[in-house]
Amino acid sequence: MALLEVEGLEARYGWTKVLHGIRFAVEDGGITTILGANGAGKTTTLRAVCGMVRATGDVRFDGQRIDGRATEDIVRLGIAHVPEGRGTFVQLSVEENLRLGAYARREPGALARDLARIYDHFPVLGERRRQIAGSLSGGEQQMLAVGRALMLRPRLLLLDEPSLGLAPLVAREIFRIVRAINRDERVGVLLVEQNVATALDLADHAYLLETGRVVVSGPSAELRRDDAIRRSYLGY
Amino acid sequence: MEIFVQQVVSGLATGGIYGSVALALVMIYQATDVVNFAQGEMAMFSTYLAWSMLNAGVPYWAAFFATLAVAFVGGLLIERVVIRPVENAPVLTVVIVCIGLLVIFNSVAGWLYSYIQKPFPSPFPEKPFKIGDVFFGAHDLGALGVTLLVLLFLYVFFRYTTLGLAMRAAAQNPVSSRLCGIRVGWMLALGWGFAALVGAVAGMMIAPIVFLDPNMMSGILIYAFASATLGGFTSPGGAVLGGLIVGVVENLVGTYVRFIGTELKLTVALAMILIVLLVRPSGLFGRATVHRV
Ligand SMILES: Nc1ncnc2c1ncn2[C@@H]1O[C@H](COP(=O)(O)OP(=O)(O)OP(=O)(O)O)[C@@H](O)[C@H]1O
Ligand SMILES: [Mg+2]
Repeated sequence: MALLEVEGLEARYGWTKVLHGIRFAVEDGGITTILGANGAGKTTTLRAVCGMVRATGDVRFDGQRIDGRATEDIVRLGIAHVPEGRGTFVQLSVEENLRLGAYARREPGALARDLARIYDHFPVLGERRRQIAGSLSGGEQQMLAVGRALMLRPRLLLLDEPSLGLAPLVAREIFRIVRAINRDERVGVLLVEQNVATALDLADHAYLLETGRVVVSGPSAELRRDDAIRRSYLGY
Repeated sequence: MEIFVQQVVSGLATGGIYGSVALALVMIYQATDVVNFAQGEMAMFSTYLAWSMLNAGVPYWAAFFATLAVAFVGGLLIERVVIRPVENAPVLTVVIVCIGLLVIFNSVAGWLYSYIQKPFPSPFPEKPFKIGDVFFGAHDLGALGVTLLVLLFLYVFFRYTTLGLAMRAAAQNPVSSRLCGIRVGWMLALGWGFAALVGAVAGMMIAPIVFLDPNMMSGILIYAFASATLGGFTSPGGAVLGGLIVGVVENLVGTYVRFIGTELKLTVALAMILIVLLVRPSGLFGRATVHRV
């Protein structure tokens, strides 16, 4: 059974429908990527999974229906979301931001250890732990967003363009971390990423969205050979 | 010189009360962008509850803490029952609901307790304190102490507890807060509860000075607005400090500027609001807010 199974997902903003019944899955311990041009509906798809936009359809996490539930309840099941725009608490300190990431977990003892783990992954955050998060650079805030999500110790990680604005080295570091927690802790990942080549390398399954519909899908190895994807997104 | 020191201390005592009400206003404003015009009347109503308990023979401090508990739960319920349905409505709608609450609390208090002024006891001795050569009103010092204790409690709560952190988070970024699993609606309700609690303390500390009647807080609310404006509506600490400044300035001006006396004191508060708004709209400690459109 897949960790996340989505069927017939539709979502709208006001009167405008932007997802027209899409279907995809994240395997248990797998990485799935959603590709598509700007405005295709990638962000909306992630938002719909965790109840941030009004959506209809069948969303199952671990076999359990979660569509229609409140975001804060879905998060408690172990779904962490690195949102588009980073969602930093700009007036709080870096460390307070990270502590909030662990808010839905009730294991007080684990906090110090998990903070240390994040500072180990991102030494910059450790150096700036007392600093107001709004004063971090864009890239540092992106690291903070990833760190905040990891503090939940999630079972499923939703990543909306996690490498946006990051220097190539830092971006590579983020993908190394994602791969590591996916492999070592069997955390499922649903990845939206501008860099299609990287996304296809990381993922086992890929879905191509076009104006709210899945037009191509399959194992990433196959999609890498797909002519349309090669021409539009990989450039060879 | 003695008069000066006495006036400063009694200014700090009333200023602490203005500051507390200002803090209550700021707490709700930061979370919801709404100024709760009913804050003063909620405090007045809580004070009447304390008065009823004292009248029934309940010891002062028992009545004090029972009132705080009732005020806290009452504030929380008001948010859940009255404010929540209009949570996503335009700000003006919420303001009108708050003004409605103000009118209701005022008239219910008048109906239950009449509009006749009642004396309200102070838990502190009547005999003034002598420190050095100067006499201080025991209630002034006591009220200042109680106010500072409440503020210290709130500071520790918001600064060092996880729940306090979650409430601050919910106030500044509801969307991200939900993604952290925070129940934002309940955090707002808790904010109303704490604001009502702080208001109740202010009411019980000011009532021995101004006497208890249904309109007792209307003047105080204006001073609280002046304090919050001076300190900045976006800064809880600034609101408290603003209150202390307003209290001291009000007292000194009333004492030393002959033509102002006690009658024109309220005008001083209004003048301060105007001057701050003209010179530094974000207040002494507030941040200028940038509204994204
Ligand atoms: N809050 C909103 N209100 C109205 N329409 C919106 C809103 N957010 C997105 N849309 C519309 O929904 C469609 C899908 O947007 P979405 O953000 O999901 O795209 P995306 O694939 O994430 O694009 P990008 O690569 O630019 O991030 C777009 O046409 C967009 O204009
Ligand atoms: Mg997007």
